Amino acid sequence: MTQARQDDDSPAIRVQGLTTRFGPKVIHQDLDFEVRRGEVMGLVGGSGAGKSVLMRTIVGLNRKAAGRIEVLGRDVDRLSDGERQRLRGRWGVLFQDGALFSSLTVLQNVEVPLRAHRQLDRRLQRELAEIKIALSGLPADAAHKRPSELSGGMRKRAGLARALALDPELLFLDEPTAGLDPIGAAEFDRLIGDLQRALGLTVVMVTHDLDSLYAVCDRISVLIDKRVRVGTLEELERDPHPWIQEYFLGPRGRAAAAAASRQRQEA
Amino acid sequence: MATDLSSETRPEAEGLALSRTGERVELTLSGAWTTELAARREAALAGLPPWQGRELLLDLEAVSQLDTAGAWLLLRMAREAEAAGLVVTWQGLGEARRRLVEKVAEHESAPGEPARPNRLVAIVERIGEKTVTAGGTARDLLNFLGLVTIALARNLTRPARLRFTSVVYHIERTGWDALPIVGLLSFLIGVVLAYQGADQLAKFGAQIFTVNLVGISVLREMGILITAIVVAGRSGSAFTAQIGTMQVREEVDAMRTIGLDPVDVLVVPRIVALSIALPLLTFYSDIMGILGGAMMSWIALDISPLEFLRRFEAGIRVNHFYVGLAKAPIFGYAIALVGCFEGLKVTGSAESVGLRTTTAVVEAIFVVILLDALFSIFFSVIHV
Repeated sequence: MTQARQDDDSPAIRVQGLTTRFGPKVIHQDLDFEVRRGEVMGLVGGSGAGKSVLMRTIVGLNRKAAGRIEVLGRDVDRLSDGERQRLRGRWGVLFQDGALFSSLTVLQNVEVPLRAHRQLDRRLQRELAEIKIALSGLPADAAHKRPSELSGGMRKRAGLARALALDPELLFLDEPTAGLDPIGAAEFDRLIGDLQRALGLTVVMVTHDLDSLYAVCDRISVLIDKRVRVGTLEELERDPHPWIQEYFLGPRGRAAAAAASRQRQEA
Repeated sequence: MATDLSSETRPEAEGLALSRTGERVELTLSGAWTTELAARREAALAGLPPWQGRELLLDLEAVSQLDTAGAWLLLRMAREAEAAGLVVTWQGLGEARRRLVEKVAEHESAPGEPARPNRLVAIVERIGEKTVTAGGTARDLLNFLGLVTIALARNLTRPARLRFTSVVYHIERTGWDALPIVGLLSFLIGVVLAYQGADQLAKFGAQIFTVNLVGISVLREMGILITAIVVAGRSGSAFTAQIGTMQVREEVDAMRTIGLDPVDVLVVPRIVALSIALPLLTFYSDIMGILGGAMMSWIALDISPLEFLRRFEAGIRVNHFYVGLAKAPIFGYAIALVGCFEGLKVTGSAESVGLRTTTAVVEAIFVVILLDALFSIFFSVIHV
């Protein structure tokens, strides 16, 4: 427990001087990135700007060329195998299409992290999985379905349930609303906001969806010229960089902003 | 670790302390109630005495961390207490934790897994299902054969329609590129045949007939079969994977909407290519197989290459060679047909590409051996 308290002052994620490259192509150059505890951080940028790469590098799926990454107060390069495994139990990752294990049912999918990290009584393990399925907004009868029997939106929810299985402190979402219809996307935004407040999560969300940004994100990081510019929406709107101007103050950005402020007034 | 837990600190370590005043039970919870400690917390709760009294007060003031697992354990216990007739009050929850407990309380347990049918019934059902599927596949394949044959005839009567570049490309991929592996395998088969044959024939003092054995078996059966099986594994599967991947990416659908017939564009060139490539490969395989046999005869039986060639010429009619070669274009046609057929059957997922590819190889080899058996009967009837 002392460990947890010690970690608490440190940011959820701190990336310093990160450089990544694929062959000769440099994706990130001397990039700094920080996520505070309990905030929802949106990660945006043009196609190929390296949003997903940054997320994958933080969770250790991509190798970095240089730099330092701290997650939940731990330097990921200086962990023993056991510590790294424990760290993996403290975050959850939702991949773009859910990345559910196709040979398992939804319930079994959600039980996988529980089985890998915790030795629980079978009944409790199942009940916890059912809670996560319900939290993700899936109907109870979806539990025994296989991923191939689910729609895209339901697969995402199931993926979210699996990401939440261990009650992580940190949740990574890769384009959570991509491929959903506007109603489904808005529901998903609301769901993430609700869960974030109820479970006290820190969320890092890669997205293209301007509505999501306005609806749930506390701060936004824009990946541009191999670096990150961070700010709240209001701050970024004042950023003179042409890409940012175009992104937030283009027709779609303005529409999303208007929709968000309308919703805030209604609420 | 266990020694640290003296009797005094134990309740704290387990995160709960129970006190009873008359009809009122007070459960004071402390420490972290998280998934990480869920197993221990559950054991601690299970160790509580059975519920008695009217009221249960749950005091969470001292709880340092609470997540869904902890909330659920407490909820579950509270429900048991309620079932035993106690009125449960939560204390020290705070706004955030109250929301968490409410969220967790909303869930309902999933319905039980669908009942499995009787094992015997399930086996019968599976056999029946597989039989019907196999019948359906055979019918569909026959259907496809007709479709492709018509398309092929259409292409051959108007050669301008035939995609010549594509045909040449596939001949290279399925024929030229397969030379090393087909050559090596045929050579080894020749070696094995000569060696095994010599061993047996020596018992009758008829070693010299090893030449006939190798010659006839390689020319009639082994050359073409080895080639066909290698090509089925190499190219039949590749056809399925290529067309299947295009199917997954909706390329085939795009083709249809543009007005291109996938059979013309994808299937016909592959079938023509393989029908040309397989006879060529078979010819090469025959040579390599006989070379292997000749080498082994030289080493094991001391039959010089010249002697081998003389016996070969005298003992083996050219018919054997024709019989083997005549089968090749038919087998090539069949392998390509099955490969393309399975490729076009791919639906949606990447998983189905893998599945179809495996099926294609098995089916192609099956069809090849079935056809070979039919050819054997045919040739023996016409006395070739």
